[in-house]
Amino acid sequence: MSREARAGALLAALAAALAALPLAANSYLLSVATLVLYFAYTGQAWNVMMGFAGQLSLGHSLYVGLGAYAAAALFTKFGVGPWAGMWLAMALCVAAGVAIGLLAFRFGISGVYFALLTIAFAEFTRIGFDHIAWLGGPGGLFLKVEGRKTFDLANLRGGQTMFYYVMLALAAGAFALCAGLLKSRAGYYWRAIREDEEAARALGINTFRWKLLAVAISAAMTSLAGVFFAFYYNNLFPEQIFHISQSIEIILGPIVGGIGTLFGPILGAAMLTTLADALNNLVAAMGWDIPGVKQVFYGVILLLVVVFVPNGIWPPLAKRLGLGRGD
Amino acid sequence: MSTSLIANVVIAGVLTGLVYGLMALGLSVIFGVVRVVNFAHGEMMTIAMYAAVLLFGAFRLDPLLAALPVAALFFALGYALQAGLINPFITRPEHSQFILLVAVATILTNLLLMVFGPDARNVQTDYMLDSWALGQVLFDKARVYAALAALATAAGLFAFFRYSRTGTAIRACADNHLGALIVGLNVKHLYALTFGLGAACVAVAGCMMTLLVEVAPSVGPSYTLLGFVIVIVGGLGSMPGALLGGVLIGVSEALAGLFIDPSAKSMFSFGLLILVLLLRPQGLLGRRP
Repeated sequence: MSREARAGALLAALAAALAALPLAANSYLLSVATLVLYFAYTGQAWNVMMGFAGQLSLGHSLYVGLGAYAAAALFTKFGVGPWAGMWLAMALCVAAGVAIGLLAFRFGISGVYFALLTIAFAEFTRIGFDHIAWLGGPGGLFLKVEGRKTFDLANLRGGQTMFYYVMLALAAGAFALCAGLLKSRAGYYWRAIREDEEAARALGINTFRWKLLAVAISAAMTSLAGVFFAFYYNNLFPEQIFHISQSIEIILGPIVGGIGTLFGPILGAAMLTTLADALNNLVAAMGWDIPGVKQVFYGVILLLVVVFVPNGIWPPLAKRLGLGRGD
Repeated sequence: MSTSLIANVVIAGVLTGLVYGLMALGLSVIFGVVRVVNFAHGEMMTIAMYAAVLLFGAFRLDPLLAALPVAALFFALGYALQAGLINPFITRPEHSQFILLVAVATILTNLLLMVFGPDARNVQTDYMLDSWALGQVLFDKARVYAALAALATAAGLFAFFRYSRTGTAIRACADNHLGALIVGLNVKHLYALTFGLGAACVAVAGCMMTLLVEVAPSVGPSYTLLGFVIVIVGGLGSMPGALLGGVLIGVSEALAGLFIDPSAKSMFSFGLLILVLLLRPQGLLGRRP
């Protein structure tokens, strides 16, 4: 089998297993799987900016939060459903992302400074939303919860299985989009910029424009995760959704899985989410119900991964599976 | 609103800002030399705050004195952290360093949570509610002591970098890494020394902070962010810049708390940060990279 055929077979098997999962899994397992797909999706979105174009964002909670609040506000205040609201969410996040990118790239801000700028914008917005009384301020914004038996796809009101399939569709869409992007002109330009921006510019690539495009696509994708978050959890608090820990959670998956690869974000999300869940169960089973135990384990494992597998787990694994360099 | 009230608030802001500045000085020194952004900085300070609270609880040791043993301990821990964990990462990409320090920060915060629980703790010295009055203007004794200790520590650090042979060698590493290697400096040792000094700064700042605010395990990340804001406003890598940034942020927080809403105060700090990054990305006192 050629490399492409093997990758295709792996993908088909994965897709079939994921599509059939609700037949075998109970609602608890399905909720874990939904979370895995959620982080696979957001990781894929972040990866466009960092993994492809080399722009380190530590403020992706901004796009999750703006997307979530936009769709939730339209739904609760004006009765506009999520399928219409997501367009506003995307537009808002693209505008925010492009504004940040315009400012940062125009003024030549890069590397650590760019990363800190993205944190600053997310924190600024978080505190700002704490003071918007119309959206509930720090008290939160709530969506009306329907019974588990409801199935209303038009308004995203329903049970675990429905949300699972919605998230699966999003994650699959993101995978396909990223695979397409990598093979497109933009994908090649981005990787040129990532490897050596000055050399890329010398070759006549308008790095400013292509970096902005990466930010816009990444922001738009992330905003949809926000819309999903709002309708899945039915409550939004600025303290939670815009918080820097949200941004960190988004980027852990792709970094552990392998930055710049297509399978990395999926693998990383699957490993970290199931690990966190297993730790939860372990801590509960052993009776170590002291707050913080789980996060200490999590931190230690993260430390071990970044020390011993610095390029992520997917690239060496891909080599083993005969899939080439793993991109 | 009377002028004396505003004057009092500004003075309190300046004094608190000097302690902020010392914390940020540690961050700035580490970045300026090692070129690693310490994402665990606020968490380190929180541990120093707990150390001061514990020493006070056990021996009634004033945080002003507790700063000495805590700083010595932090110097050793900082040296070990850099030598053992961070040195292999100095040539790795930024996101890799970031995850390493985020992992360290997560472990530190949650160890504190496991050991001490989520409740806030504080120190009660007998001079805490006293103040000196200069006409209508009041100077809190605790704030004045804390600010003076911060200034003294910063001055000691300046002198070390300016006049000692080791300090000069560290500056050489920061200016020209390759050149420092060529002339035979032990760069890894100097990096670890620098990280130890940065950790000692944050230890003193943490002990002083217990004179001003209470401490809980959850405050770490917000101090990390505060440190970033200050060093970027002042100039990442610039030592006087860190103190200036600390004072500016201290005053802007105090004024925002007075005129608008105490909960909005850090929004102004982040607003200031965004403005500085866009208009003068090297910071107020930073050199152009």
